[in-house]
Amino acid sequence: MISREEVEHIAKLARLELTEKETEKMQKDLSAILDYFDLLKKAPKVKTQTVHAEKLIARKDEALLGDASCAEKLIAAAPDKKDDYIKVKAIF
Amino acid sequence: MDITTLTIKQAHEALKNGDFTSVDLTKAYLERIKKSDLNSFLSFDEEFALNQAKEADKQIKSGNFGMLCGIPCAIKDAIMVEGQKCTSASKILENYVAPYNATVIKKLFEAGAVILGKTNLDEFAMGGSGENSVFGPTKNPNDKTRVAGGSSSGSAASVAGNEACFSLGSDTGGSIRLPSSFCGVVGLKPTYGAVSRYGLIAFGSSLDQIGPIAKNVEDAKIVFEAISGKDKMDATSTDYKFENSETNLEGLKIGVPKEYFVKGIDPEVEKIIREAIKKAENAGAKIVEISLPSVEFALACYYIIAPSEASANLARFDGIKYGLSAPAENLLDVYLKTKGQGFGAEVKRRIMIGTYTLSSGYYDAYYKKAQEVRELIKQDFAKAFGKVDLIFAPVSPVPAIKIGERTDDPLSMYLMDIYTVSVNLAGIPAISMPAGKMAHSTGSGQTDLSVGLQIIGNHFEENKILSVAEQMEKLLK
Repeated sequence: MISREEVEHIAKLARLELTEKETEKMQKDLSAILDYFDLLKKAPKVKTQTVHAEKLIARKDEALLGDASCAEKLIAAAPDKKDDYIKVKAIF
Repeated sequence: MDITTLTIKQAHEALKNGDFTSVDLTKAYLERIKKSDLNSFLSFDEEFALNQAKEADKQIKSGNFGMLCGIPCAIKDAIMVEGQKCTSASKILENYVAPYNATVIKKLFEAGAVILGKTNLDEFAMGGSGENSVFGPTKNPNDKTRVAGGSSSGSAASVAGNEACFSLGSDTGGSIRLPSSFCGVVGLKPTYGAVSRYGLIAFGSSLDQIGPIAKNVEDAKIVFEAISGKDKMDATSTDYKFENSETNLEGLKIGVPKEYFVKGIDPEVEKIIREAIKKAENAGAKIVEISLPSVEFALACYYIIAPSEASANLARFDGIKYGLSAPAENLLDVYLKTKGQGFGAEVKRRIMIGTYTLSSGYYDAYYKKAQEVRELIKQDFAKAFGKVDLIFAPVSPVPAIKIGERTDDPLSMYLMDIYTVSVNLAGIPAISMPAGKMAHSTGSGQTDLSVGLQIIGNHFEENKILSVAEQMEKLLK
């Protein structure tokens, strides 16, 4: 059984505010799900790993001309903005 | 004649003959959508749809037009259509308007298809029943007390309920195949990389694929051909060109994995699938029992990998760039409160699972182990396809469940994905097609619940799957 403190810690890492009731239910649900994951302990070890790509290629660092109106739409979607900037709360 | 029941091919012929126009067809679907009680659409824009139809009619008049020109369709609300809302069935994106078109949408527009609206889904595509939508569950057109299946619930229900000629869904662990099975339509989950995901709201990036849901196999093929191919905006898309080909059932080696017919499968479902396999055998296919020993671990593996990726992908919904932003004093509180208020229970659960399995101290036991098991599953399929051409299996151990039946028990909900997730982990293609119906008595009489047959193929062998599925369609009629 995962502890209440652990649930609170994970929620904090995930930047997720949980209510009292949610924390309780999460503790129960996560415990059941994590217990189910124990099944993987029975899985055999992997002998060979597939090679996904023969060679890794980084894409060229090019400046691609995009549609300027798209930039406006992206900014328009932000909840808080000023002119062409997205406003963010002070970190400290 | 009710023109909303036509397939793409039939509607195309009728448009060619001038029996009706795309505007007529679009209006007929819009009327059905307006009267619908399925909750399959989250939004639709009549003017937007009719303008597309008018353009299509001009094209049709010119005589030079393709199969999808003027054909009305529905789009899962996790795929962006410029200028239209894209909510992912989440409160956090309730008023979000898509700033650009997904590549698949661009391709549909180029083909002249008419987009009717956006369909309901489990929030952020997380769920197997369609009940995790913040806008309420989608009802199954065959029995409205039952779920449509998820996560592409509205995409499957709209096609089954004649509210669209075809639709697009996305499949991370079964989200096209499950609802297709439950609603009795055809859904194709393409090979990882066959279709661009640019403009699809990301869930599990190593698993997500966009695919078609249609009334029959031929329609699914037409749509798949139109949306597949390399896209420079999605680095995981591959240089793949679908080529139609004939794969005869006669002499075909069909693998039947014994692990898919164990405890937990509804005996009626098993019977229908076994009968379908028998019909393939009678048509000359060679049935081979195979073993996929690691699929036993697939569900656990999937429910570590998908939530891990989701927890990273959903970090972007932080109250700064999109939609909802909870008022707060400082930045950290903006994050905490926005996510706390904006995400539903299942999304929170997955973020929590993913954050846990990726966190220091647990990473090796969960995430790393799951990646290793994923490799075993891939190897199982690779080995199987050395012996057989295709694999036949059920899509789900159960038919459509009752609305509310499993919502309190997430693990029992996850178990519905047991036959679909391994395909995503291996990155291979699979179709769900109607195999039969099981009679089910209800208080007020009897309803027939659809059961889907899953046909699984090797990487980029959609043509084999589709060709055999077309033959099976005739045998199962």
